[in-house]
Amino acid sequence: MAYRVIHYINQFFGGVGGEEMADHKPEVRVGQAGPAMALHAALKGEAEVVATIVCGDNYCVANQKEVAALVATTVKKYKADALVAGPAFNAGRYGMACGTVCAAIGEACGIPTVTAMFPENPGVELYKAGTYIIPAADSARGMGQAIPAMAALLLKLLRKEALQSPEAEGYIERGVRVNMFYEKPGAERAVDMLLLKLAGKPFTTEYKMPVFDRVTPRPGITNMAGATIALVTSGGIVPKGNPDHIAASSARSYGEYDIAGVNDLTDTTYQTAHGGYDQTFANQDADRVLPVDVLRDLEREKKIGKLHHLFYSTVGNGTAVASAKKWGEEIGQKLKEANVQAVILTST
Amino acid sequence: MKLELHKAPVRSLRFGPQTTLENDVLVINQQELQALLLEDPRLAAVTVDLAHPGESIRIMPVKDAVEPRCKLSGGNEVFPGFIGGVETVGQGATFVLEGATVLTTGRLVAPQEGIVDMSGPGAAYTPFSSTCNIVLGLTPREDVTLHEAEATCRMVGLKAAHYLACRCKAAKAARVEHYAFPPLAEAMAAHPGLPKVAYIYMLQSQGLLHDTWVYGVDAKKTLPTLISPTEIMDGAVISGNCVSACDKNNTYVHQNNPIIKALYARHGKEINFVGVILTNENVTLADKQRSSSYAVKLASMLGVTAAVISEEGFGNPDADLVLNCVKAESAGIKTVLVTDEYAGANGASQSLADSCPEGTAVVTAGNANATIVLPPMAKVLGDPAQADVIAGGFFGSLRADGSMEVELQAILGATNELGFNKIGAYTI
Repeated sequence: MAYRVIHYINQFFGGVGGEEMADHKPEVRVGQAGPAMALHAALKGEAEVVATIVCGDNYCVANQKEVAALVATTVKKYKADALVAGPAFNAGRYGMACGTVCAAIGEACGIPTVTAMFPENPGVELYKAGTYIIPAADSARGMGQAIPAMAALLLKLLRKEALQSPEAEGYIERGVRVNMFYEKPGAERAVDMLLLKLAGKPFTTEYKMPVFDRVTPRPGITNMAGATIALVTSGGIVPKGNPDHIAASSARSYGEYDIAGVNDLTDTTYQTAHGGYDQTFANQDADRVLPVDVLRDLEREKKIGKLHHLFYSTVGNGTAVASAKKWGEEIGQKLKEANVQAVILTST
Repeated sequence: MKLELHKAPVRSLRFGPQTTLENDVLVINQQELQALLLEDPRLAAVTVDLAHPGESIRIMPVKDAVEPRCKLSGGNEVFPGFIGGVETVGQGATFVLEGATVLTTGRLVAPQEGIVDMSGPGAAYTPFSSTCNIVLGLTPREDVTLHEAEATCRMVGLKAAHYLACRCKAAKAARVEHYAFPPLAEAMAAHPGLPKVAYIYMLQSQGLLHDTWVYGVDAKKTLPTLISPTEIMDGAVISGNCVSACDKNNTYVHQNNPIIKALYARHGKEINFVGVILTNENVTLADKQRSSSYAVKLASMLGVTAAVISEEGFGNPDADLVLNCVKAESAGIKTVLVTDEYAGANGASQSLADSCPEGTAVVTAGNANATIVLPPMAKVLGDPAQADVIAGGFFGSLRADGSMEVELQAILGATNELGFNKIGAYTI
């Protein structure tokens, strides 16, 4: 009997419409729609796509739990053995949707999940630990390559075959450690590795040491009364209305905002864009996250020189470390050019 | 220093009127062994049980594993500072009952003791499912304090192992292994052209029942020191550890240190194995800095170009491992590290608590957080209710049918960081 697969796709690939239909609510279609037809064919009868779920990207990203619950119900209803999502290519919200649905279903239903996206899609960094992601091209031109690769990996997972390394199997490394039995005891492997290292020959470590980015703190400020101090936050404080549309989670940008003449952040002028904590108190008084009021007091009391007229803000909720590092370097450069002596970094 | 290991195989165990080795069967006079161990006034009771590979037996909680050995010649006795005097060991000849292990168990001093399954899926993870085990159930007297109880159990295991070997030492060894560790002057001149290699051997010494003993000295009170590998074979290093069972070095794995064995196997062919440096894993930063500098300094004094570094335990000692690695590499000594991992039950978390870019060559003994279901066994030696409090178990881990869900952490020797086992891990 063929394995039963459910395929999750977005409104565009489901034929509902483009960006204007991104709020399309999830619908379940019996059988195959859009890319599910190609997947169904690539599974060559060993598995079949029994239903296709079509959902708007914005709707999914904004209602992740609800969509995941609907997918889980559909998996049970159709007695599905696996879930496939995408390919999302380089569509950021589609990548997020595929990632979140796959990770949630893998955990809730304990079935294999496979998706595909462009390696730089933000969904990769966020969800690679929770699902198998096939690297895809940055646009739908890569459909013909992605679908057979997804089908091949899916069938291996369904057959419960032991997977080789990510390179050998052609999926993006999940960063998940799995135990295995080697041919030789660890002690012999260690001496073998030492001999290769001594001979300057290539060797493969069994565990790549994690890299911690350590920054040496600058010496303390000697003359605070003459110093320009800036505020930078990952707590998501933005002018009311979130003009730069900084995402509530997995931010893809940061904002730069002028606070010249602003002495107090109020509920009518500022808010938080952060979706990872209870926003109530930050929205009541954004100074609780970004203390402009207190720094204005210090300015008046001449305890600091002045508060820099620009502040920088992003959301540190599931945001990839690689993105945070890049923005930190950019912001640091801007502050340096503006002759700022010190920064107060606030989180949540 | 030259040491011969006279190895007599043990393929089975049984009780009998006289402790002796007959056709590879270790016959044990149960009463004599019990009476000997009960000479320790701190013990209220001792039981002796036998467990063979493949039997439906679970042994838990296990404190230590000891291989029966005794000296045939060369002066002193094995386990210096405990059974033997404090004089030098590692010379002459030593008798080994190969294939037999003394396991100390019973209601012991701490929750962090291990499980040994003689069959079923758990057996694949412990070295002691393939040895014939003499299982000592120990009950210290009620008025004996915690640390005294640990010391009692530690001593009893060594005593039993020594007794068994002594009673059988007239038996002919099936094979004799020869190990030599020449004076440094000779070692330095030997094997010109081969790279000199040392072994930096980290010992758990965090204290409060996380202890290792060297010639009877508490390792946390020592500076890093040179030792001959033959001394290790004679039990110069013994375990006093009540830490997670999977990666504490029990006395058996010290006696049979596989890294020493692997280095000897390449000695004179691809490398010149010139030294073993014992170092510790104390808790304060100053101790960590001092010991890592001192250990690497000894390696530099030996003029080695490479070293294997093995860790014991996890978390806090990861910092010692990293310090040893960084300092050795910056002294021009190429390193391979042997550790294990705590990557969470799902394997997705960071495996080590400390890291360094210099650690380019790492051998891992697997993820200790991975879980396993151990089916019920026909016989349990020890106390199964301990599963709930053993590190690596969790409340509810002992099920009504006698099966248990535990992390590998709870299995004795499962992720041994001397590389005793074939287990490892890879990234998916």
